[in-house]
Amino acid sequence: MKYLSEYRDAGTVGQYLDEINKVVTRPWTIMEICGGQTHSLVKNGLIGLLPGNVRMVHGPGCPVCVTPLNLIDKAVYLAEEKKVILCSYGDMLRVPGSKKSLLEAKAAGADVRILYSPLEAVLLAKENPGKEVVFFAVGFETTAPANALSVLHAQRQGLKNYSILTSHVLVPPAIEAIVGDDSNVVQGFLAAGHVCTIMGLGEYYPIVEKYHLPIVVTGFEPVDLLHGILMLLKQLERGEYKVENQYTRVVNEWGNPEARAVIDKVFRVTHREWRGIGEIPFSGYELKNAFAGYDANLKFNVQIEKAEESKECIAGQVLRGLKKPFECPQFVKKCKPSNPLGAPMVSSEGACAAYYHFSNMGVMA
Amino acid sequence: MNKIKMELSCPMPKLEFDMITLGHGSGGTLTNQLLASGVFNLLSNEFLDEKHDGAILNINGRMAFSSDSFVISPVFFPGGNIGELAVNGTVNDLAMCGAIPQYLSLSFIIEEGLPMTDFWEILTSIKSACMQAGVQVVTGDTKVVEKGKGDKIFINTSGVGPVHENAHISYRNIKPGDKIILSNQVATHGIAIMSVREGLTFETDITSDTVNLNHTVIKLLDNYGEKIHLLKDPTRGGVATVLNEIARDANVGIDIEDKNIPVDEQVAGACELLGLDPLYVANEGVFIAIVDASVAEAVVALLRQDENAAFASCIGSVTAAHPRQVILTSRIGGTRVVNMLVGEQLPRIC
Repeated sequence: MKYLSEYRDAGTVGQYLDEINKVVTRPWTIMEICGGQTHSLVKNGLIGLLPGNVRMVHGPGCPVCVTPLNLIDKAVYLAEEKKVILCSYGDMLRVPGSKKSLLEAKAAGADVRILYSPLEAVLLAKENPGKEVVFFAVGFETTAPANALSVLHAQRQGLKNYSILTSHVLVPPAIEAIVGDDSNVVQGFLAAGHVCTIMGLGEYYPIVEKYHLPIVVTGFEPVDLLHGILMLLKQLERGEYKVENQYTRVVNEWGNPEARAVIDKVFRVTHREWRGIGEIPFSGYELKNAFAGYDANLKFNVQIEKAEESKECIAGQVLRGLKKPFECPQFVKKCKPSNPLGAPMVSSEGACAAYYHFSNMGVMA
Repeated sequence: MNKIKMELSCPMPKLEFDMITLGHGSGGTLTNQLLASGVFNLLSNEFLDEKHDGAILNINGRMAFSSDSFVISPVFFPGGNIGELAVNGTVNDLAMCGAIPQYLSLSFIIEEGLPMTDFWEILTSIKSACMQAGVQVVTGDTKVVEKGKGDKIFINTSGVGPVHENAHISYRNIKPGDKIILSNQVATHGIAIMSVREGLTFETDITSDTVNLNHTVIKLLDNYGEKIHLLKDPTRGGVATVLNEIARDANVGIDIEDKNIPVDEQVAGACELLGLDPLYVANEGVFIAIVDASVAEAVVALLRQDENAAFASCIGSVTAAHPRQVILTSRIGGTRVVNMLVGEQLPRIC
């Protein structure tokens, strides 16, 4: 398959591994930001192929994992109590709220639908004028333009029965939260290619200058990841800290100006709570006042008591790269995809689930 | 797809009703009208024609018996409908037992309001699937439920058939060194269904692989009999789930090679787009055979001559190492554990 098979080519992978082995002279800890990258690293067995002194730790870039418990409770509440058609991306459905997941709400009779695009939710609103339709708008900068666009579409069509429950999060503040913390172990980052497709590279220059660590914008296929790791290792070994772009076939310096314009029109930056990490200043999007009518939170005046996270879940440490999933005492014991204690065990992009599903524990641990 | 479809041209008889109502499940006049409208004619055979409460069959020796219910949505999908799926499903389950499927029961649970034209189309595909597989519907039942209490139509089929004299199919026969053969490209059925599900519609010409596998399996057993240690069809949960079941039940390890797993390019592309792993997507016209290593190459060669197994491939082997675990070697040489599917496979956000 064009644009795919060449990035999964065993020969090219071998060449990159050889080069990585030649370049590395001492131990390094690298964080891949995006859950999609974690998934690919573990699914393709790449971690086991890297030299022992290259330690990959897995970042907070899994939207499902960092969506606060409280917001899932709100989504369940809207579906069950307010009888809305609650639309969501698929992997949000299994994430446990404090009482139940959306999948369980669906089984109990709530109208919960899996969609691939928020524009389908706008269509649903048009087709069901007697019902309220709420789209669960989670994700990073990648999904923000489509979610913003859905609001603009609803506005243009004069739909009063469409709103979004939003919990957008942003990558650069999360990187700063990780490297700014005293406990930080990360020495270089693979930034999330798809986020940069929208945002470009500009936001990362101040970070490398301030913290003196390199960032390489990287894709998701095995060849991309190894190439990105090699670029990062070369910088680390030379003591450099630059922003570099491995994913040039998709990402350019400026990102996608049209998509950013849509985001800017609809959203403003706000403080945001990250599940497992806590509040990070200026790390998310919320709807601007002009679009308050499309904010499900305001529209339904949802007041949900904040629930306690499971004390046994160490998601916060995993998402900051301080612990590996298998270092959690409950990993595979009490906490499994069929009974997750925290969100990283749910989404296939969550580090815990990726390790559970794909890793040969004998090799990894 | 290499499936041959028998085209049946049975025009729907003229009827006094154009949709199925609660009365058609009452057992009274309307039920009789519905059955007389064509069900009996279409599926006619000496056992069904008795119109008795059950069928009296004459079977001796080792016999396989299997049952399956079909609740697929949508009822009509690219490449088939629930009718042929219901026949092929039970026929294939019997074939996986090493049996020669012979007689089926056929029970409908119909939601009132189902258009007669839909019912007729389902019936004609049941008929053609039966002809294709060489089986007879010998008994059945029809119930109608209120609107909203079903999803258009549910079908249950059960089937019986004598076990092939050469067949020795059991978990207990599996041993380290055995080869794992996949009879055709995977994930085709599941992706065909997803392509038309509400909310997920995308343009593709992928059609379901639903087909009867009994003739293919009988050929295998004729030639390699007891060297065929196990047969399984990886329907729901896909290849990954079935391999895990085999590893668990036979207490062996399984090694598979990603590069040998046949996936149609369009299906692979759809899986990439939708964030699904083809190993977990449902199949209807594929089986897994665990065979003695000595015949593995010959089995693959034989299968590839069959239009329903044109992409047969040896995907791995059974090992004494890592019992109860399935380990996949990726295209780039890394390894990972392949677990059983937990719940439904849900599409990813990005």
